[in-house]
Amino acid sequence: MTEHSVTFTLNGERREARVDPRIHLGDFLRHSLGLTGTHLGCEHGVCGACTVIVNGAPVRSCLMLAVQIDGTVVETVESLGKPGALSPLQQAFATNHGLQCGFCTSGMLMTLEAYLRTTPAPTEQDVRIAISGNICRCTGYEGIVQAALDTASAKASRT
Amino acid sequence: MSGRFFGAAVTRLEDARLLAGKGQYVDDIDLPGMLHAAFVRASFAHGRIRSIDTGDALAMPGVVAIYTMADFADIAHGPMPPMAPHPLLKTPITYHPLADTEIRHVGEAIAIVLADNRANAEDAAAAVTLDIEYLPAVSDAALACEANSPKTHSQHASNIAATMKAGFGDCAGVFAKADHVLTEHFDIHRGGCHSMECRGVVANIDLLTDALTISTSSQSPYMVRRHLAAYLKRDENDIRVMTPDVGGGFGPKANVYAEEFAVTLAVIKSRRPVKWIEDRQEHFVATTQQRGQTWTLDVAFDNDGRMRAIRGRCIHDNGAYAPYGLILPATALASFPGPYALEALDLSIDVVLTNLVPTSPVRGACRPNVAFLLERLADRVARHLGMDRQEVRRRSFVRADQMPYTTGIKARDGSPISYDSGDYVGALNLVLDKIDATNFEARRNETKRRGKLRGLGIASCVEDTGLGPFEGASVRVTPAGKVIIATGASSQGQGHRTAFAQIAADALGVELEDVTVETADTAKFPLGISTIASRIAVTAGSSVQLAAHKVRAKAIAFASHQLEVGEHDLELDGGAVHVKGIPDMKIKLSEIARTLAGNTGVPLPGDMEPDLAATAYFNSNALTFAYGANACEVEVDPETGDVSVVRYVVVHDCGRLINPLIVDGQIRGGVVHGIGNALFERMIYDEEGQPLTTTYGDYLLPMAFEMPRIEIHHMETPSPRNPIGVKGAGEGGTIPAAACVISAVEDALGPDGPFIALHPISPQHVVTWLDGN
Amino acid sequence: MKAPPFQYHRPQTREELGALLARLDNAKILAGGQSLMPMMNLRVIAPDHLIDINRVANLAGIREAVDGIEIGAMTRQADVLASDLVKSRLPLLTRALEHVGHIQTRARGTIGGSCCHLDPSAEQPAMCAALDAEFVVVGPGGRRVIPAGEWFEGLLQSALGEQEFLEVIRFKPWADGHGYGFAEYARRHGDFAIAGAAALLEAGRDGRITLAALLSFGVEAAPKRLSEAERTLIGQHVDSLNIKPVIAAASALDAMEDVHVTADYRRHLAGVLIRRALNEACTTMRRPS
Repeated sequence: MTEHSVTFTLNGERREARVDPRIHLGDFLRHSLGLTGTHLGCEHGVCGACTVIVNGAPVRSCLMLAVQIDGTVVETVESLGKPGALSPLQQAFATNHGLQCGFCTSGMLMTLEAYLRTTPAPTEQDVRIAISGNICRCTGYEGIVQAALDTASAKASRT
Repeated sequence: MSGRFFGAAVTRLEDARLLAGKGQYVDDIDLPGMLHAAFVRASFAHGRIRSIDTGDALAMPGVVAIYTMADFADIAHGPMPPMAPHPLLKTPITYHPLADTEIRHVGEAIAIVLADNRANAEDAAAAVTLDIEYLPAVSDAALACEANSPKTHSQHASNIAATMKAGFGDCAGVFAKADHVLTEHFDIHRGGCHSMECRGVVANIDLLTDALTISTSSQSPYMVRRHLAAYLKRDENDIRVMTPDVGGGFGPKANVYAEEFAVTLAVIKSRRPVKWIEDRQEHFVATTQQRGQTWTLDVAFDNDGRMRAIRGRCIHDNGAYAPYGLILPATALASFPGPYALEALDLSIDVVLTNLVPTSPVRGACRPNVAFLLERLADRVARHLGMDRQEVRRRSFVRADQMPYTTGIKARDGSPISYDSGDYVGALNLVLDKIDATNFEARRNETKRRGKLRGLGIASCVEDTGLGPFEGASVRVTPAGKVIIATGASSQGQGHRTAFAQIAADALGVELEDVTVETADTAKFPLGISTIASRIAVTAGSSVQLAAHKVRAKAIAFASHQLEVGEHDLELDGGAVHVKGIPDMKIKLSEIARTLAGNTGVPLPGDMEPDLAATAYFNSNALTFAYGANACEVEVDPETGDVSVVRYVVVHDCGRLINPLIVDGQIRGGVVHGIGNALFERMIYDEEGQPLTTTYGDYLLPMAFEMPRIEIHHMETPSPRNPIGVKGAGEGGTIPAAACVISAVEDALGPDGPFIALHPISPQHVVTWLDGN
Repeated sequence: MKAPPFQYHRPQTREELGALLARLDNAKILAGGQSLMPMMNLRVIAPDHLIDINRVANLAGIREAVDGIEIGAMTRQADVLASDLVKSRLPLLTRALEHVGHIQTRARGTIGGSCCHLDPSAEQPAMCAALDAEFVVVGPGGRRVIPAGEWFEGLLQSALGEQEFLEVIRFKPWADGHGYGFAEYARRHGDFAIAGAAALLEAGRDGRITLAALLSFGVEAAPKRLSEAERTLIGQHVDSLNIKPVIAAASALDAMEDVHVTADYRRHLAGVLIRRALNEACTTMRRPS
């Protein structure tokens, strides 16, 4: 199949690549660019593990073709904090034990990262709806929900 | 047993890396020249392979090789070794790495395609042509018991692979004398495990030595090595198996799988590194499932509510193969009589082969099934007598003053099962108090005013944990003063690294950050069993403690020699051994480690053994029993049949808590798994063995919006059976949860509602029951 | 679960799109991809050509036209949900969109994509049926307008021709203050509903119903207007509606059964949900004063 050129901004850096059109964004990030923080849990658009942010909105990277990111701004979990300097949301996940195996975590983080930018003061129910498209088999969700609520309220009290 | 870290809710050492997207899961491994595998799988439940034509597929873009079982004939042959041989299984019922001649369930692997990328491999897999003689299939275990049923394995005379029995006491005698006898039929449906990371294997071969290196998303890397070595007739030393970060296990990843063998065989044939990543479709048809059982049970009880004896039989849907032997039915039998002090028990389980995906333990193994049976029976008895449900339990439970309590059942090694410690009635009383059962009727009435039905459910459980024989650990202080722990215990998200570091840091007087834990790499620690059955805190946790104490003793002996101070006057703190009360009089651990690492020609002080390190194994010779009491409230919409769990309270006793944050996380996740089993997760097959719920749109996992907050209270009865006083906590959330939710639904439907003897229940069930049908 | 190979096309204009549709065999239009991509990954379908219409100019957007609201086919569900114009003029659509998928799928999924895919449980085409929307499609013969009543041809089957594409959906808002109600039952938030219902009401100053729309979806293969039942409401007082014929109509539908639920249960739900939707419509109605 004909390869296509794409130019996009990834985690703040301008990138160019050639892609086989059938490769979805998740595989492209993971295997072509080596950004393995994005995980694939179901590849049919239900589990949310592969969520990344495209043009500010959380999207399922298994349901978007890599060729479609031409001209867009893409953010992955690698754009958040580093191990020694976690972002407030990441830190809140650790504090609230919002992760166990860590496999769904990047999708949860990117969903909530995008969500909290537009919804600074969510209720618990709001947060649960926001992550209603993300499956976690380990935590029972409570630590994740609390992490989002804590992050929002900490941000509110700082501003 | 307490210290700075043991018992503290410290945040996990694992987290920063995982949160930053720096985890290393098996699909994150990329080796030079690596090929990608896809399997040709059966799309039918039963058939005989006449021929496999790979010609067209081999010519497709990127395809390097396609192998069938016949292609491996010069390396290995025959079925895989059984994980857990059992005398009742005369011949092991295991897979071939790739199907030999007969296909026995949808999803069974037939051929492996190697290509330059996964997409091309899948294209080619779809182009392999199979000539199959279709055979009749059986998907219902009860029908499979009938004489004229199709046979799952056509060479077998019967689908009943084994009949297992267990019991104690004079059952007939107790039944004859009891005031009441009731009979109920139970139906527990099959579900899946659904770790968010599917399985996966990356294998490589050293072209000079032929040594194999295998990374696998497994709970049992040492079993993979052992069985692979046996199958390939190689020494274990030539096979290195490791587990990178594993994205959840929940039981099924404890198996040694055909794909792990097939990929390794393909590596040996192709002499190229190969990666296979199970996709979610494959997970639905090739990763083991569990819970499908029907039971018919009689219960004998007295007017005062005391349950006295249970007898009955079970049809256990085993699926097409028994990779894990009879571990599930054995666990079911060993889980009786739960917290109930029965006088007699008489049970029999028919292990029935069906043309479905094989079964093996999923979180709790058969313990959730048995908790469901026992708790439902207790509710049934209460209803029959018009007595409070909790009163039946108070009168029937093993009492705290009866501990240690010998149940009458034998463990797998034939030894009598004895509950070590606990207060089951106390736990029940506490959970009822915490959920405010006293004022429940007021809440029920308030809910009724909103047009909904509210119910209160209760369920208790006892869980055998710390299954033997052992795990081990080595603890080593490096010349830089860092502590390295290596253990054979694999991790799938339980926070083992943190827990082990807490134990070692206390013993050696170092900070958590100074401790590195390496888990489950056969090159780094010689032996390991499996991360299953809530056993790692007990077995590996105790081993870490034992090894760390040996290191501590050695450091003290060294310091005693060097400082000329008695050992009793020394303590470890701040990364050094120092004289009690004189912090400046000290020797750093790094210095001891450096000295014991040796210098050319310089003898070691006091002729000590080299290396500030020690290895220890904890033999877990007697199970230790965790227990819990759960209570929950549900709201039922009588019009749609919707059930919503609105409150959930857990009282749990797993002995000493190493890290409450981690234990609570295990319980919460476990409860949600159990709620899934009660209300959502249903793996459906048609009569021909075709799976019908193979997407996450059809197989419903519990999601955030529908799940309640889970309130947890701990009782801490230290286990007398291991040095750190712990009991396992990995499954205690799941075990009673389905029973608890169903109990609440039944309570919501009221005294005219049915006795609910199945799960999962659906809204449709609820509407039908409320219609009185 | 990797999609089979295909040729990828990315037209920039309606004309290019039309030309591709006319030229290519076994082609599929890629809109938001939230239904198409899973089917591709699952290899349920294997088109030779994928025509990505995400860059076709002016296919997205919500605007007030002379005689109503127009929503471009490629308008993202998230944008429809967030639109104040939709919320004020087509409140039923906003209400329904809260139940459509999840934050991630609404970010990509489009109203036009959903209306062309036509899952029987999909809320958006169902609300189009309730609101008597018009589908403007473009094909080799030019533009044609398909009323909602003719759009639904069967299970997953719209009236869109092979070489046509959906351009815009036109809505005629109901009068200010009209009553609107929506109810569905799904096992989990954002799941495809087992069944759903919608109701729209207008009444005169005297409180008597002058206009009514009642709809069940997810029950039959396509959304179903309960036209007979609608007529029974006309002239009734909003405070004392006789809803029995409405429930009877919903409960008499030719309900689908599937691996999860029986037709009986679906019919039962249809009755429950149409009553809830109708009650909600009565509550949300502001009577002309």
